[in-house]
Amino acid sequence: MLSVTDLQKTYPSGDEALKGVSLEVTGSETVAMIGPSGAGKSTFIRCVNRLTEPSGGSVELDGLELTGLSGKKLRNARRDIGMIFQEYNLIERLTVMENVLSGRLGYVSTWNAFRRNFDGDDIERAYEVLERVGLDGHENNRADELSGGQRQRVGIARAILQRPKILLVDEPTSSLDPESSRAVMDLLTEIAAEDDIPVLINIHEVDLAEEYADRIVGLRLGEKVFEGTPADLDETARGQIYRGEEIPEGAGPTGKVAAEAGDVGGVSSDEGEIRRS
Amino acid sequence: MTDYRTWERRTPRQRLLRYLAGLLTIVAAAVSWRLLRINYDYIGTAPTEFMDLINRMYPPNVGYTGQIVSPMIETIHIAILGTTLAVLLSIPVALLGAENTTPNRLSFLLGKFIISASRSVNVIIWALVFVIIFGSGALAGTLAIAVRSIGFCSKLIAESIEEIDPGQVEAVKATGANSIEAAIYGILPQVKPTLIGVSTYRWDINVRASTIIGFVGAGGIGVELNTSINFFAWQQVLTILLAILVIVVFSEVVSAYLRRKAR
Repeated sequence: MLSVTDLQKTYPSGDEALKGVSLEVTGSETVAMIGPSGAGKSTFIRCVNRLTEPSGGSVELDGLELTGLSGKKLRNARRDIGMIFQEYNLIERLTVMENVLSGRLGYVSTWNAFRRNFDGDDIERAYEVLERVGLDGHENNRADELSGGQRQRVGIARAILQRPKILLVDEPTSSLDPESSRAVMDLLTEIAAEDDIPVLINIHEVDLAEEYADRIVGLRLGEKVFEGTPADLDETARGQIYRGEEIPEGAGPTGKVAAEAGDVGGVSSDEGEIRRS
Repeated sequence: MTDYRTWERRTPRQRLLRYLAGLLTIVAAAVSWRLLRINYDYIGTAPTEFMDLINRMYPPNVGYTGQIVSPMIETIHIAILGTTLAVLLSIPVALLGAENTTPNRLSFLLGKFIISASRSVNVIIWALVFVIIFGSGALAGTLAIAVRSIGFCSKLIAESIEEIDPGQVEAVKATGANSIEAAIYGILPQVKPTLIGVSTYRWDINVRASTIIGFVGAGGIGVELNTSINFFAWQQVLTILLAILVIVVFSEVVSAYLRRKAR
């Protein structure tokens, strides 16, 4: 279970990317985070595995606090978090198999990593996972020979090979055509269900979020302004997330959910102010 | 009277500065020329001297070829060993001298210092230094080649490291890999073409460099060449020059081929 409380990030430039966002991801649910560009979606995801250093708040994965970790402890924590990137971030000049097996780098010695000497079980599993993502037979292709959709599937295979406790997915479809986007989303949700892994996914396309997510979280200017099921995401909520519109008085259940979410955000930013003073 | 619109590329101030810069260049060249006190008497005799040299050199001493095979091979060995040593030492220096991999400001400056120190001294001076320390022979030559090449190789490798896609390194780190593994998987494959290109190009340069370091006793064909010149054995000199030409062309072909192969 991932439990994020009052996460804040202020960049050295003074930009407040996150102003105290709290979120829980449990079981095998798929949580989609939507919001306009610059809302802090990527920052949020990257603060979870500390590719970006949060300025305040807490991130707990299965009871382990991640924000204070360093060195070996941080690396061990990262092994449990699979990450999938917008630009795939594959090692372009290495083979598909090397890319997939790099998911196990947290478990092999540096010398064995250098010699590409991986555990037999891991290799066996890498073949299975490749078959699962539909890339069997491509293990010896270089990553830069593949199409965008295929590359993202290698990225997914790499993350799964970690046997993660959670998958962080950062704009997985932004570089893909609609067809490949759908295939990648199908694959992600399918794997999350089969392997019982929760998924936290940043996504631009609201229709994909509605179709695939169990829960949707809306960020705007570093604050959580919406949280609810895809059915709750009506025009009012969209207006609030994308255009910063006020919630009309006496709105339906959605407005209530949104208002609550807004309150949570408000409370946490108050806490943030108390902490700063 | 028509009121034309005027346009000038430069302001009067800019124009004045340009004239001054041009004037300064001419003055500098003129001063250098006057102060050198070149003796022009020799220009008159140059064609005769040149024909004389050609006559003494031609034909090349074919019988001498057998004797230069072994120093020629030594020359190539010095180039290979010196380049290998240089590339191996360049990797840590490049990691220090690249802004995105250096641990801190001090290590960055250290990297930059090694790079410029190695590059600012000519190979023949390095050879002199190492001949004094290790005595004459191939060891001094190899070290001179290696030390001179470190700066060149590290600088180009460091530039290539600075241009890598950081996303790939990030992805490897996100799996829980340590920083050495992140370098092996995230950085090395990205700079590999540069690594191959730079080492073969430098080897090519080093083949040429190792033909002259023999003049100060640092081994290779240069020793033979120096001796032949001192004995006025001009036909041997021509043989050596032709042999060097063959080797240099050969090394250029090899390095061009390898650089094309690396992708």
